[in-house]
Amino acid sequence: MDETADSGRRNFLGWFLGTSTGALLVSVFYPVLRFISPPQVPEAATNQVEAGSTHDPELLERGFKIVRFGAEPVILIRVAETEFRAFAATCTHLDCIVEFRKDVGKIWCNCHDGQYDLEGRNVAGPPPRPLTPYQVHVVDKGSGQPGTLVVAKG
Amino acid sequence: MKGKPKQLFAWLDDRLALAPMRELAAHKTVPVHRDTVFYYFGGMTLFFFLVQVVTGILLMLYYRPSAEEAFESVEFIMTTVPFGWLVRSLHSWSANLMVYFAVVHLASVFFMKAYRPPREITWITGCLLLFLLLGFGFSGYLLPWNQLAFFATKVGTDIAESVPLIGEWALRFLRGGDRVTGGTLSRFYGWHVAILPALTAVLLGVHLVLVQIQGMSVPPWRQAEADRRRPMKFIPHFALRDLFGWVLALGMLAALAALLPWELGEKADPFAPAYKDIRPEWYFVFLFETLKLVPGGEIAGLEYEAIPILLSGLAAVLLVLVPFLDRGVTRRGRSGGFTTAGVLALVYMVGMTAWGYRSWLPVLLVAATAVLVVVVALGTRQPEERSGA
Repeated sequence: MDETADSGRRNFLGWFLGTSTGALLVSVFYPVLRFISPPQVPEAATNQVEAGSTHDPELLERGFKIVRFGAEPVILIRVAETEFRAFAATCTHLDCIVEFRKDVGKIWCNCHDGQYDLEGRNVAGPPPRPLTPYQVHVVDKGSGQPGTLVVAKG
Repeated sequence: MKGKPKQLFAWLDDRLALAPMRELAAHKTVPVHRDTVFYYFGGMTLFFFLVQVVTGILLMLYYRPSAEEAFESVEFIMTTVPFGWLVRSLHSWSANLMVYFAVVHLASVFFMKAYRPPREITWITGCLLLFLLLGFGFSGYLLPWNQLAFFATKVGTDIAESVPLIGEWALRFLRGGDRVTGGTLSRFYGWHVAILPALTAVLLGVHLVLVQIQGMSVPPWRQAEADRRRPMKFIPHFALRDLFGWVLALGMLAALAALLPWELGEKADPFAPAYKDIRPEWYFVFLFETLKLVPGGEIAGLEYEAIPILLSGLAAVLLVLVPFLDRGVTRRGRSGGFTTAGVLALVYMVGMTAWGYRSWLPVLLVAATAVLVVVVALGTRQPEERSGA
């Protein structure tokens, strides 16, 4: 056996060992990487939700309430006696849930003092984008009964 | 040693080769000079870490990591389990004291230039250990599943989204989905009790072995004094002084845990607005305040809020690389630029923390740290004439 043949065989075996080690590592780490990335779980699409009475005591007292819109929080604000507005309640800055401050007439995020006006526009503080608006419908019950609020995708 | 202990030692020695280790311990010395006091803070940090291991294991006996049960199980620990309030309070207080002492330790090592060759790896493992401690703090903060923790986690994980390219994946990876839910709690629990402890054990092992191999570093400006004075023997003189630091640490911890038990707050509600004065743990407050100052907007597709986040990431990388950046200290024995940068960074951090709390308390704590250093210095004093005695 001469040396060239020997080194050729050695190279071949080395290459073989290298690629199979590589393949082994890939077959171990690929499933691990996929496993630690959470799967996308489909959620039932929500198009509208009932948000209680127009005379909800919480709404009257604080001027707003947080409504569950599927898995997302939506802020429902009583702007005037018969005027209601709704926006995504998730602050566009760092994901906190906003509230409505009657005293300053603004939507306010307590985490980093982000401020939005009643159109949902980011007017002061760190938020980079406006809040997504939702539609609010008042379903009239008639005969002087308080209506029912319905929040729907904008 | 006589009789039975001697026989036992001989038996173990035959199997583990203990004699060389005993020899090494007997000959180990620690340099003595005016800054020797700063050698005790790493040991005190280690003490709090050991308290965390013990109290953490105890808490695991009752804690249940799910959105439905976590808050109630911590409530049960605090109200029904005998001494449960104490164990949980010790765990919370010790966690905070550990971060605080780790920072004091890091600052003293930094200003004493102990990262000089050949101790670069000790410095790097130390920095990584501090980052792990912050990871412990961040993941542990969520576990009681209270309102404060819930929002801190929302904000903290949302910050990960600012990282270019992998941001979105990182956010979902941390949260275990798109939102902070019970799935996030499971993940954080896994990090807190398995992954981080395993990483910490390895890094801490390397860190401590390196300290043993290389011994204590003497700052260049104390070298003459250290050469003149007789070093102290590790056993018993330094070990007993270390013990003094541990007793002091235990005293502080016990007093705080017993007199100011850690609060639980209200259960997390994903559909409640964040309440006023919401804040992360104190060691993140300076970052949190910095984020408040940055207005909304975009530049070249990068949101403004990402800028301070990326800069703090850069600062962390620079901190790890200090031994390789600071060339002056090896050549000239000093590096004023690094000292100044360190002082400015500390002033910024303390200042922003004080601003965040609208209180002078953080500044007072810095003064208290100075008092603490004096107490440790007095407690571990090594009179010159009796040095090495």
